[in-house]
Amino acid sequence: MTGTVSQISTSNLRAEGLSRAVPGKVIVSDVSLEVSAGEVLGIVGASGSGKSSLLRLLNRLDEPTAGTVYLDGTDCRQIPPRELRRRIGMVTQRPFLFPGDVALNLRFGPAQRGETMTDAEVSKLLEQVGLAGFAANEVSVLSGGEQQRVSLARSLANRPEVLLLDEPTSALDEQSKSEIERLVGTVAHDQGLACVLVTHDRDQARRLCHRVVLLDAGLAVKSGTTLEVLGA
Amino acid sequence: MLKSLFTSEISLGLAQAGIASLLALAVVFLARRRNIHLEKDASIALLRGIVQIVAVGSVLAMLLKAPRWSSVFLLTGMVLAAGSISAKRAKNIPGAAKVSTYSIAVGAGLVTAIMTWAGVIDTAITSLIPVGSMIIANAMNTNGLALNRFRSEVLAHTGEIETALALGATPQATIGRYAESSIHSSLIPAIDNLRSLGIVWIPGLMTGMLLSGAKPMYAAIYQFVVIAMILASSGLTSLLSTTMIQGHAFSPADQLLLKGTE
Repeated sequence: MTGTVSQISTSNLRAEGLSRAVPGKVIVSDVSLEVSAGEVLGIVGASGSGKSSLLRLLNRLDEPTAGTVYLDGTDCRQIPPRELRRRIGMVTQRPFLFPGDVALNLRFGPAQRGETMTDAEVSKLLEQVGLAGFAANEVSVLSGGEQQRVSLARSLANRPEVLLLDEPTSALDEQSKSEIERLVGTVAHDQGLACVLVTHDRDQARRLCHRVVLLDAGLAVKSGTTLEVLGA
Repeated sequence: MLKSLFTSEISLGLAQAGIASLLALAVVFLARRRNIHLEKDASIALLRGIVQIVAVGSVLAMLLKAPRWSSVFLLTGMVLAAGSISAKRAKNIPGAAKVSTYSIAVGAGLVTAIMTWAGVIDTAITSLIPVGSMIIANAMNTNGLALNRFRSEVLAHTGEIETALALGATPQATIGRYAESSIHSSLIPAIDNLRSLGIVWIPGLMTGMLLSGAKPMYAAIYQFVVIAMILASSGLTSLLSTTMIQGHAFSPADQLLLKGTE
């Protein structure tokens, strides 16, 4: 694999007037947002407010019915979907690890492009997420927190420029939650990743996010700095 | 007992059909007592079944005098109907009817054509239509099973599939194992039919041949030939439909279209 997993990114992501509707239902309505390298943008709202649906529009897992997303100024529709998803990584609430060992999971993304991660690169990435020595461990025996860290490392193995995080700690205990939060803060800061964090937990948004978009029924009802939107 | 009550073959046949239907309805009644409601589906299916098969019998009676090439039209009609029926097992998959019809046409058509060319199936309408319909019907069942299993597998593994897509995988890479599992499952009945042939069941065709005076050994071997043809056509149909439906499960932007509600 060329390059290193800790390459510094300077990319930014911008969405303009994003909407998604399915027959009889508007899920996301005219949402615009922007997130820069090294910044964590929070998407906050109650369950069913359209947070996860909005996130899925950013890496084109779903197609917006209106609006578009720009990655470094390029319309995402001009970027081949597989390349776009390599550049915009995603960590979901459930890690959905592939059966096998931890190394196999980390190597999955690069392997899709015909690249092979060396053992040293796997070890370095695992060290970064606090799982040094876990490469040969079967994913089925990992704890929830460990699985989520493998999921994060698996996304980072693709060397993304933007990282989408969909409620990554909502199924974890307090200790695991703190560890994941620390990791997200670290990768955003150290690797200059632009992160978009979906969370229903306002305290978590206060701890992690630089700016917040508050979503209600698919509409962005408020956006600004975390302090402006959520208060102290 | 019935034979002593009815003098004409048609009256006797209808009486026999009535008794068989009553038995089926008794099972429906038993199921209802366990809150399993099959009344509507079973009644419609029984009614459709008798009407359709009597209609086919009438058509066959007319076709006995028709030229041999006319069986092609009847078999084509069967393929179109089979494609439409089978596609209903693939709800929410765009293009399922087209995929089903094409797969059954190629799977059943190719095997029937080769075996007819080789002289295994006689070109007489009385031979080609019954054997061809058996091949088409089994291809239809296999296709329905394959698509139904594919749909269930994809719906049960949406998270895994979209995770792989989000990591930059191709749709084929994310869904391949579920397609393989669908092909395997859909062929279980055809393989089990071959395994159990002569031990658990003696199929209708062999019975019919024996009743019409064929030598038991030839009837037995010919029955094997038919079941093997069914496996070949079902396998080809399943392979084709599962391969083709994978393309319909994703958008051109590699987005999974086959999902639950949003």
